[in-house]
Amino acid sequence: MNADSHDALTLQGVSRHFGDVAAVSEVDLTVPRGKLVCFLGPSGCGKTTLLRLIAGLDMPTGGRIEFAGRDVTALPAHKRNLGMVFQSLALFPHLSVAENIAYSLRIRGQDKAAQRQRAEELLDLVRLPGVGDRHVSQLSGGQRQRVAIARALALEPELFLLDEPLSALDAKLREEMQVELKLLQQRVGVTTILVTHDQREAMTMADMVVVMRDGEVQQIGTPLEVYRDPANAFVAEFIGTSNLLQGEVVDDTSVRVDGHVLQAARLPAGAAAGTAVTVSVRPEDVHLYAGDEDGPNRLSGTVAFVRDVGQSVELYVDCGGTRITSHVQPRDKPDVHQGQTVTVELPPEACVVLKR
Amino acid sequence: MSTTATEGTTARKWLLSYPTLMLGVFFVGPFGIMLAVSFFQRVESAFYKPAFVFSNYARLFSSLFLDNLAFSLYLGMLVAVISVSVAFPFTYLLSRMRMRTQTIWLVFLLSVLSLSEVIIAFSWSILLSRTAGVSNLLVWLGLMDHPVGLAPGFTAEVLGYCYLTLPYTVLMLYPSMSRLDPELTEAARTLGASPQRAFFNVVIPAMRQPIVASLILVFVFTLGVYLIPQILGNPEHWTLSVLITDQAVYQSNVPFAAALAVFLLLTSLALILLTFVLGARERIHTAS
Repeated sequence: MNADSHDALTLQGVSRHFGDVAAVSEVDLTVPRGKLVCFLGPSGCGKTTLLRLIAGLDMPTGGRIEFAGRDVTALPAHKRNLGMVFQSLALFPHLSVAENIAYSLRIRGQDKAAQRQRAEELLDLVRLPGVGDRHVSQLSGGQRQRVAIARALALEPELFLLDEPLSALDAKLREEMQVELKLLQQRVGVTTILVTHDQREAMTMADMVVVMRDGEVQQIGTPLEVYRDPANAFVAEFIGTSNLLQGEVVDDTSVRVDGHVLQAARLPAGAAAGTAVTVSVRPEDVHLYAGDEDGPNRLSGTVAFVRDVGQSVELYVDCGGTRITSHVQPRDKPDVHQGQTVTVELPPEACVVLKR
Repeated sequence: MSTTATEGTTARKWLLSYPTLMLGVFFVGPFGIMLAVSFFQRVESAFYKPAFVFSNYARLFSSLFLDNLAFSLYLGMLVAVISVSVAFPFTYLLSRMRMRTQTIWLVFLLSVLSLSEVIIAFSWSILLSRTAGVSNLLVWLGLMDHPVGLAPGFTAEVLGYCYLTLPYTVLMLYPSMSRLDPELTEAARTLGASPQRAFFNVVIPAMRQPIVASLILVFVFTLGVYLIPQILGNPEHWTLSVLITDQAVYQSNVPFAAALAVFLLLTSLALILLTFVLGARERIHTAS
């Protein structure tokens, strides 16, 4: 087995306790070479702590961290060969743009000409040529972002870590940078870990998503797996929007929700009749018809509100005690209005049944 | 309408004149009087009479006073450098501690500020004396053969000065240090710098301005200290402030004391300006 066959990063039972509180609890993770992994979760879920453990800026209280098969658990940050982009960007205010980018080369004693050349190369890479002599304070937010990325990549690190790097940018620029950063990562081919609380950002950029909550990993999978097949109600709710209906198992193919029996394509393995479950249905999978038409997997209700924002239409329907949201394309918008009685259909293949 | 507007302007005018007024009453006025007195004629066995003579200033240019001035400036710079060198790492570590610990230390430092120069000077003279000082403790512990007296002496004097200025220095550095982004050092570490190297490469350069400001403040502060040299130093370690006190209080030569004070003020002002000019030039140099 040669060194190249190792995965770029392996975590085995990594934990970080602060007193009695487990900020990160027993995380196992394998990141293949060249992939972009997103740690996704709400604030306080431990994603940044986990990133800091990988960076060596914090030390785990348990477990083992490997870079390409080498144990680095006890290795301090400056010996780990990584590039990290911080939330505040942390550009050195007393250095020029080029000096910032070449800092890691300076630390390793490379000569000025080599430093300069590498800085120019990286500025071209992040599409910011000709600003090497400028002072950091003379750059815009987006430009600083690029400089921070260039600085982290200067030494061709084994791992490229990003801690909510786009959070300081405005919405439009952030969307652009997500695509650009992903393209850059593919071009450079560096194994990357990105921490974010923005599920859209994770869906846009990630090859693999790690959903976290309260220090524990909830699900690991590709963005579409996590979206289509959430492991539990938390993931279903956190990734995108979801209709979550409380119910119980009837038999192998159906669940009862609010007095209605719904057919579901897949149920959790070994769920006995009577088991309490949550049914997750994506709003775009909910069909809606005018009038009261009875049938399998159909519920009747009244339209509570129609949100038509032009590019998409959201309909909120009150069905007994539960509110069901349906997203449709403008051209498919049914001719319904607020207060009208309608029928919603939850197709069996769209009903994801989750254990509670 | 127009009346209220005019009233408003008048009120604003009065409000804006307040700082000017205070500056005049508490700074320009006293300084003007001192400047005037420095040109007055001393009257033996009396006080002084108004005149316009340069004899007070002429007397300055003797080796006694010039040497003394040089010593005062040297002492000020030495104390400033020691004080900032000690306070800087201390403040850095302090700013990385828990908030509660930081508060306790800051309250302690503030309480040290309430100690007067006299108490500090006498306490150190006892602590460093041969008969009752800490060296007796070291002899008792077997670390020294016989007790030594450091006070009065140059070391004792510098120690006293540093003790006096250290809390000020920490409190001056603290605000900018606590605002310093901790991710700066972390960024340096992920780029391959050891913690020590990150401290010298990143923390110190990023704190350049507060460091220079503290150096200047401590330097200026030491020029006004006149009790510590008399209690902890030998006569050859007395500063210009001691001589000014001596001239004004014991020799009753107020015009000469005033001339000395003006001279000291102008010299320190020139040095501070020089620091700024050099700092600005270096900044232009690094930018180009």
